[in-house]
Amino acid sequence: MIDTIRSLGRWGLDSFERLGRGHIFLLHTLQGVPELFLRFSLVIQQLFSVGVLSVLLILISGLFVGMVLGLQGYNTLVDFGAEESLGVLVSLSLVRELGPVVSALLFAGRAGSALTAEIGLMKSTEQLSGMEMMAVDPMRRVIAPRFLAGLISMPLLAALFSAMGIFGGFLVGHSLLGIDDGAFWSQMQVKTDWYDDVLNGVIKSIVFGFVCTWIALFEGYDATPTSEGVGRATTRTVVHSAFAILGLDFVLTALMFGEG
Amino acid sequence: MHNKNTEITVGMFVAAGIVALFILAMKVSNLADLNDEEGYRVVAEFENIGGLKVRSPVTLAGVRVGRVEAIDLNSQTYNADVTLNLYGSYNQIPTDTAASIYTAGLLGEQYIGLEAGAEDEFLQDGDVIDLTQPALVLEQVIGQFLFSKAEGDE
Repeated sequence: MIDTIRSLGRWGLDSFERLGRGHIFLLHTLQGVPELFLRFSLVIQQLFSVGVLSVLLILISGLFVGMVLGLQGYNTLVDFGAEESLGVLVSLSLVRELGPVVSALLFAGRAGSALTAEIGLMKSTEQLSGMEMMAVDPMRRVIAPRFLAGLISMPLLAALFSAMGIFGGFLVGHSLLGIDDGAFWSQMQVKTDWYDDVLNGVIKSIVFGFVCTWIALFEGYDATPTSEGVGRATTRTVVHSAFAILGLDFVLTALMFGEG
Repeated sequence: MHNKNTEITVGMFVAAGIVALFILAMKVSNLADLNDEEGYRVVAEFENIGGLKVRSPVTLAGVRVGRVEAIDLNSQTYNADVTLNLYGSYNQIPTDTAASIYTAGLLGEQYIGLEAGAEDEFLQDGDVIDLTQPALVLEQVIGQFLFSKAEGDE
């Protein structure tokens, strides 16, 4: 009995400790960001491994998600004789929700896990301590560039995902199902608002990029320096990122689209 | 050399992302027709605006000539004061123009339709449209129909 209570208390304290460490870690990371603009080549290296290598995955997934939306949306809308609204359905669902959320989930799986594994491995092979020995701050040299790269990549990837998805929806709607392309685009343009829909989607993707990269970097930095520990940290990155993305998505949606 | 390739691909990635955003702005959203030209403001007082919203279109003969800019409650008359922003190029709308609230399609959005009058004077900034017709509220219409039907049966 006492043991149960003790372990419960320990678990609680551990959770708070990790939460605290995570936020202090974030603070240190953010402190390292401003001076990166003087050494931007570090960020470019990371933009390549975080952003560019995710592009193909994002593009292909976006295309298929858009095509599925087109097919499913058509089947529902045709019952109401409103199949011309397919463009609106595809664009709004992609720009508001699916674009930011699905690309963030893919980003966490593709880039986030790689970041965690990389940094966890750096830690377990004591590269980070080695840097400290040479008076190089790993927070500034290793963590901050990756953080900034994730923050920049995510909105771009989400925009690519949405654009590709809309193109996929158009392919299915126009070429396969024969919806008039003029109606498809014009209805979409009338109903999709630049500020309310597109910009809010971009804001969402920036938030997701921030949270995903933060989680990935912290899990790597905080991993137990063994091969098992790095593996566990990688798993945690994907799981926690997914929770954070979906939970935050609800909060952001309630804030952005809650009223009317 | 490897470094250079990295830079090129990163540049292409960023450019592609920006192009995608640009496509979302121009092709998908209504940003292209957001930059409304400077217009003039006219107020119309309606008994009931139904589901009219700010930014709803204002049309004349089906052509969009402006947007709804603001909707306020008039505290004296308890009617709705709808401020219309009419585009500057349509500055020859007669003062006795009538404004009505219509619905696009059976379940569509509501918009304001103007019917041009015959006056020689044109609407200016700050003018008021006197001839207005409130939105059609479906429940009221059905209620009236049922009422007249019941009366007819007597």
